[in-house]
Amino acid sequence: MIHLEKRPQPSKFWAGVTPILAVIATMVAGGIMFWMLGKDPIEAIRTIFWDPLFHETFGPYSRPQLLVKAAPLILIAIGLSLGFRAGIWNIGAEGQYIMGAICGAGVGLAFYPSESLLIFPAMVLAGAIGGWAWAMIPGLLKVKFGTNEILVSLMLVYVAENLLASVSQGLLKNPEGMGFPGSRNFRDFPAAYNAEIIGGTGMHWGVAAAFVAVIFTYILLTRHILGFQVRLTGQAPRAARFAGVKPSVVILFCLGTSGALAGLAGLFEVSGPAGQISIDFNSGYGFTAIIVAFLGRLHPIGILLAGLLMALTYIGGELAQLMLTLPAAAIQMFQGMLLFFLLAMDVLSHYRIRFNKTAATVEG
Amino acid sequence: MDLGQINPLLLLASLMVAATPILLAAIGEAVVEKSGVLNLGVEGMMITGAVVGFAISVNTGNPAVGFVGAALAGAALSLLFGVLVLYLMSNQVATGLALTLFGLGLSSLIGKPYEGVKAPSLARLDIPVLGDIPVLGPILFRHDPMVYVSLIIVAATWFVLTRTRAGLILRGVGENHDAAHALGYKVVHVRLLAIAFGGACAGLGGAYVSLVRVPQWVEGMTAGAGWIALAIVVFASWRPWRVLLGAYLFGGITVLQLNLQAAGAAIPVDILAISPYVVTILVLVIISLRGSHGAPGSLGRIFHATH
Repeated sequence: MIHLEKRPQPSKFWAGVTPILAVIATMVAGGIMFWMLGKDPIEAIRTIFWDPLFHETFGPYSRPQLLVKAAPLILIAIGLSLGFRAGIWNIGAEGQYIMGAICGAGVGLAFYPSESLLIFPAMVLAGAIGGWAWAMIPGLLKVKFGTNEILVSLMLVYVAENLLASVSQGLLKNPEGMGFPGSRNFRDFPAAYNAEIIGGTGMHWGVAAAFVAVIFTYILLTRHILGFQVRLTGQAPRAARFAGVKPSVVILFCLGTSGALAGLAGLFEVSGPAGQISIDFNSGYGFTAIIVAFLGRLHPIGILLAGLLMALTYIGGELAQLMLTLPAAAIQMFQGMLLFFLLAMDVLSHYRIRFNKTAATVEG
Repeated sequence: MDLGQINPLLLLASLMVAATPILLAAIGEAVVEKSGVLNLGVEGMMITGAVVGFAISVNTGNPAVGFVGAALAGAALSLLFGVLVLYLMSNQVATGLALTLFGLGLSSLIGKPYEGVKAPSLARLDIPVLGDIPVLGPILFRHDPMVYVSLIIVAATWFVLTRTRAGLILRGVGENHDAAHALGYKVVHVRLLAIAFGGACAGLGGAYVSLVRVPQWVEGMTAGAGWIALAIVVFASWRPWRVLLGAYLFGGITVLQLNLQAAGAAIPVDILAISPYVVTILVLVIISLRGSHGAPGSLGRIFHATH
């Protein structure tokens, strides 16, 4: 008889090993899925995980994309991980990402065609504030009225998507765009363009911001009282209250930070890789970042690695679409599977598996 | 604007059609939550039900078979969630989200070949005598069979939950799983059945969107209906008849905003389009002002039997 015995503390060893096991399990299950779709599984897996980095023709193009795609995922996931640690579920990062992009781009476009050096910093600030404000809605509602933040933050994603459609056809529409929806392209607006810091590497300001966020969060969680309070709230809410932690402060801090970071991610994306506000500007980073946060074990360094891996599946997925005509949705499913395997394997870090025949009679 | 274009009779009649998908998903989720499990994967199960129901209907030419297939697909997906949260004791919030993300990917994978295809329509069931009653007839008694099926499910759920022993056990498991376990009830089995029921209902609700409401397959077509269903369960304080009320109120708002859009109301289209989501938030706020009444005691908590 197999039974599970709760560990007094989660195993550090298994917490580190299970993400790797989950990736391997996903590759196997994904391989089976690709085979069922009539593709060669080995070739598909190689196209997704190997070719973007090491293929001689695609590699040079794909490698910089790794940082471009990983930056928003890491920025958003870092913010989400704070809340997830404290049991505060911000599911609406996608909406905060959109609002950050709209606010930041709006500020930039308002000053077109100025050449002032202050424009880009002002856009960054506006982007962060936009995301922060959008996340404050579920935050304040939860603090004031105890409203469920999961549902409110998610509903606001749909509101933000509608706003995005509205501004790209109205308020922010390119006046010289011949009536097509979408804003001016930031590539034609150098003072507001989020250019590469080092050419040809994909290293734009958003990537730099992601690295800074990783370092700050690491310090916050290990060295600062606020980080301690966030961790305590998640692990032992009652103990946290006795220790004088104010739940409302933790809630507003976690939601506000994750909103601001998601807003930043949106701003850096719209002013750089995406180039303009358009109806389909958002591409689901806010949701994929949830997978990244869990895959990274809610740990800043883990999230950094998980973000890079997830970016690889995006780029590899695009490559596989091109080379093997693999449907785009297969990659989305692949990412969903990864989260499933990860959560399933979590059991190993929280429980010991015991194989015993007699325990049942002994325990009565 | 010409509000005279809006026919109140048609409005009320289409209200039931608009509300049915959410009603089906919400009544299933209410049972799941009554057993103490929070499944946030409703959206994923709905969209999977939508695509599977659509695909099967197109291939067999029979929407009824499609609905059965959708229910089975929803249930199968929900069992994946069930195994994870009940046997591997994973976090319910995270696993539910995983289910939604997975379902969205799965559905667009299955649905690719069916984009732009027309589904066989579900014949309307005109109830002979009742359907001829003036005013009430067209509103209540001239719908497709699924509208009535959804009402029967609500009534049956109410009956089982409040009037039978099985319902008592289910509620007991949800209220205090340790006590139920101590009394000898199989907590995990009860919850697995509840989860499968919830999945089947969500699948039916999804299929209703793709086969009746729209009727077409469009990627991501449930557009948050699963999440709204979750909100309605909270609104309803986990009671079947209030789920019905909540879903119909919500259906009313949806239909009204669509009609206002069509009538060219002075309110901008964007404001109207976001109204269902904003109203959901407002409703959640009002509910939380009242305090959470009737939430099952063990909702969302992990059950681990030590012996």
